[in-house]
Amino acid sequence: MSGIFNSSIGRKIAMALSAFFLMIFLLQHFVINSLSVINPDTFNEVSHFMGTNWLIQYIMQPVLIFGVVFHFIMGFILEIKNRRARQISYAKNNGAANSTWMSRNMIYSGMVILAFIVLHFIDFWFPEINTKYIQGDMSGMHNGEFRYFHELQEKFLSPARVAAYVIAFVFLALHLLHGFTSAFQSMGSTAGRKKAMQNFGKAYAIIIPLGFIIIALYHHLNHH
Amino acid sequence: MNLTLKIWRQKDSNAKGQMVDYKVTDISEHMSFLEMMDVLNEQLINSGEEPVAFDHDCREGICGMCSMYINGEAHGPDRGVTTCQLHMRMFKDGDTITIEPWRATAFPVIKDLVVDRTAFERIQQAGGYISVNTSGNTQDANALPISKHAADEAMDAATCIGCGACVATCKNSSAMLFVGAKVSQYALLPQGQVEAADRVRNMVAQMDLEGFGNCTNTGACEVECPKGISLDNIARMNRELIKASVSD
Ligand code: SF4
Ligand code: FES
Repeated sequence: MSGIFNSSIGRKIAMALSAFFLMIFLLQHFVINSLSVINPDTFNEVSHFMGTNWLIQYIMQPVLIFGVVFHFIMGFILEIKNRRARQISYAKNNGAANSTWMSRNMIYSGMVILAFIVLHFIDFWFPEINTKYIQGDMSGMHNGEFRYFHELQEKFLSPARVAAYVIAFVFLALHLLHGFTSAFQSMGSTAGRKKAMQNFGKAYAIIIPLGFIIIALYHHLNHH
Repeated sequence: MNLTLKIWRQKDSNAKGQMVDYKVTDISEHMSFLEMMDVLNEQLINSGEEPVAFDHDCREGICGMCSMYINGEAHGPDRGVTTCQLHMRMFKDGDTITIEPWRATAFPVIKDLVVDRTAFERIQQAGGYISVNTSGNTQDANALPISKHAADEAMDAATCIGCGACVATCKNSSAMLFVGAKVSQYALLPQGQVEAADRVRNMVAQMDLEGFGNCTNTGACEVECPKGISLDNIARMNRELIKASVSD
């Protein structure tokens, strides 16, 4: 079994496995974020649960971080190897004749998403870790009420940040438009080649990022 | 029609090549692309210049030799054809046509438009065969029942002519469509299944060794393949490799 992950196909499979994991995570993150629009109290409670549950914090969170880092590093390794496989490029190349823009530019959409994740960590993750594990405040409270919803609203006050988020999610959609069905193919499944699955993939790739955009805009416009 | 050609000229494998402009006149739209190249070469020979070296053999779309990257596409703008099957009616009078060799580290240029594709042969030698006793007591092929579906799919995979357009087209210079087809044509048939695990392992290992890139499922190969080899063959190869690794 060990040999397979040293092969080109093994790297492909590893990319796909981490991609599936990240797509499931994204869905989960989206569902919780939607609560902030539907019902702030529920959003607070779920956030508190996610932020303090040991299974989520000590098992799922490290696995997630590993998944993200792995997907990025592997993406860069593949890009370098693939560039090496063609040292002299064509004087004229008509890529649009046979493939989508999304499929040819996964490295660039991925880099935008990576930049976004750095921003997102600075915005939310580092302050969380600081409050909980450095200052040791696991209560989730501020001035007698849950702090999560309030913090979220505050972050989306800045138009620059909202704009950055919107741009990042557009690139996430582009990344997913190729990535969703591509992951099936890499796993050796032809499911991604079926019309129904392609439509499902398109729906996922558009609805989830669009949902995140709507949530960000909602909080930006609705802050009092 | 009158055309301007921008052609990659390279003296030998060590030389630094460059694009050179040529003019050809009175090209008939009924000519094949290679016939147009013949006209150019006659012109060059008559004027004492070195003709453009390009690979060709059958000139009917079965040998896979006529590798040319024309106007940014493997075998030019038409679909399901090799360069020898490409007609000049696909172009217009006054067009400028860019002609380059396959570009891939694993396919080094030998001269002008001729590239070395022996990497494909080494991949074949690594497992693209079945071991049978040919000492005179070979079994009749029809003695083994094979479903119509499997036979058809194996035949479709076997139509790959090893032209290398998939590699040339792929932004990653991946050879997975070719190797996928070669793995599939055996994996689908009982005669091939006996050695399936070793075959896929060895062929994939050789493919990686040759320096082909990693497939990212852009699907460009399938579009440009003159024989319509399906991307499903790559998925099958991936499954075969997973199966082989699990059975270790
Ligand atoms: S898979 Fe198609 S493009 Fe690739 S070598 Fe075979 S025939 Fe040529
Ligand atoms: S010369 Fe044989 S396929 Fe074109």
